[in-house]
Amino acid sequence: METASASEGVLDSSRQARFPRRVQDNLTIVLFLLPALVLFLVFVVYPILQSLYYSLFNWKGFGPAVDFVGLDNFKRILTDRIFMKAVGNGLLIVVLSLTIQLPLSLALALMVGRDLPGRAFFRTIFFMPYVFSEVITAIMWLFLYNPDPERGFINAVLILIPGVKPQPWLGSPTQVMGCLFVVLTWKYFGLHMLLYMAGLQNIPQEIEEAARIDGANRRQLIKYITLPLLGSTIRTSVYLSVLGSLQVFALVWIMTLGGPVNASEVMATYMYRFGFVRFWLGYGSAVAIVMLLISLAFSVSYQRLVRQPDYLSGM
Amino acid sequence: MATIYSHRRSTWRKNLPRFFQYLILSLFVVIIFVPIVMLIFGSLKTRGEFLTRPYTLPIPPRWENYTKVLSQAMFWILLRNSLVVMLVTTSGVVFICSLAAFVLARMEFRGKGPIFNLLTLGLMFPINIAILPVYLALRRMGLTNNLLGVILVQIAFQLSGNILILRGFFMAIPVELQDAAYIDGCTAFDFFWRILLPLARPALSAVAALTMVASWNDLLVPLVLIDKDTLWTLPLGTQQFQSQYGQDLALVAAFVTLSAVPAIIFYLFAERQIVSGLTAGALKG
Repeated sequence: METASASEGVLDSSRQARFPRRVQDNLTIVLFLLPALVLFLVFVVYPILQSLYYSLFNWKGFGPAVDFVGLDNFKRILTDRIFMKAVGNGLLIVVLSLTIQLPLSLALALMVGRDLPGRAFFRTIFFMPYVFSEVITAIMWLFLYNPDPERGFINAVLILIPGVKPQPWLGSPTQVMGCLFVVLTWKYFGLHMLLYMAGLQNIPQEIEEAARIDGANRRQLIKYITLPLLGSTIRTSVYLSVLGSLQVFALVWIMTLGGPVNASEVMATYMYRFGFVRFWLGYGSAVAIVMLLISLAFSVSYQRLVRQPDYLSGM
Repeated sequence: MATIYSHRRSTWRKNLPRFFQYLILSLFVVIIFVPIVMLIFGSLKTRGEFLTRPYTLPIPPRWENYTKVLSQAMFWILLRNSLVVMLVTTSGVVFICSLAAFVLARMEFRGKGPIFNLLTLGLMFPINIAILPVYLALRRMGLTNNLLGVILVQIAFQLSGNILILRGFFMAIPVELQDAAYIDGCTAFDFFWRILLPLARPALSAVAALTMVASWNDLLVPLVLIDKDTLWTLPLGTQQFQSQYGQDLALVAAFVTLSAVPAIIFYLFAERQIVSGLTAGALKG
């Protein structure tokens, strides 16, 4: 008892210093995390859970949801030809982005390299469309795509070539996706180029010099040194590109409304059409859940198979 | 880069590839500018001129479209609403994300892993996909037709990415600094407020710049949450203006040009911050 109380005195003084400290630390942790957690739970998690519930009802938004239909909405989505078209168009944008847009961005980044005079100028110009809103971008390109060669710049240039006729562009079911992809590329290739330029900047110059001294030519240098060392940047860029392609909305909605005859429908416009135009809120909720599952499946499998992208911005 | 690979060759062989490099790059510069220049040309014409020769030089320039747009109260209301939403969203994101990122980067506690995972889950649920659920929830909370609703949703969907960026920056600040501060009697809050935040200023401005661009350009959230035209934001107003005045394309062009001006000015001032925000993690890999 005696010894205990003696040592307790020692403990006490140190505890007095430490105790408020622990309380303070815990308070800091709780108070600092609270705003983020509350906002996230209320505006991200809760809406999704609520839609999971609504997705089981046939509900047009008036009054409470009472017409329980189980998984019927999902069955209907997955057998709807137009939804499949929307998924197909999403995949088309993914494939075109990965085979055309990203290689183009990479090629331009390699061309600018680390020390081309005017490097900063090109970066500033190429990245500029990224800061334009999709609304502005869409309207600018609507002017250019006007099928009447008297009014649309692209056709006006095209008919200067002998034997070439003006094209319907956005009015043609076969051309519309290509046209939209051009606009997406115009707006976003600068972003990917920027990422690649930053990645290139990070490759130690000595490695490239050593390879060059060993007799590597430019092609070999890019193939065996630059691209492998750029690996993580490329993986990040692919991840962002796919996730972005799956959620395209404003550009398509303003330029084509998903038409002509659903030819340019994407998942987000499909959801908007059923949820906000027809106001089938139960069905729209089910569409949202399907889209979330697709996005989740992609993210999880990409992280498992490729690796966790350590760069993710809130886009 | 060409210099590295060809420095032993003759000047002719050295300069030729460089010539092609500039040729290709210039071609892309032209492609970037064509839609922008065509828009500006169109905006400087009368309605009739736009229909008969939309892509020639606007000589003489007609400024009427601009004065017409600028004299409409609507344009200024849109501008004000967009500014309010952008400023509040951005302050909210920077404030809330730096608090959370600090705790997740610098403090140890039970449940840290699950909380971090929960908060980064948002990366897989972009707003374009979650918009209908969000609309239903906000309608229930009575937050539609209210700029606060737009702001809260924008903040919530910006959290995950920005917490991740800031956490990365905070973790890169040496532990010794924290130890020294604690030995000197700092509390966790003191360390955060007096040492970490001032050091992280570049990271905070990068996050702020990215959030400003995202908020300023957002169409979908105001589109589904706001009906009342006095609460429209610039992108929403631009879209509505385009469908309403579809006949007078020159006027639409002027409106669109004017709504792009703030974005361009902002970009020229904040390019460095935007770029460093976007490349923050790519550099770490």
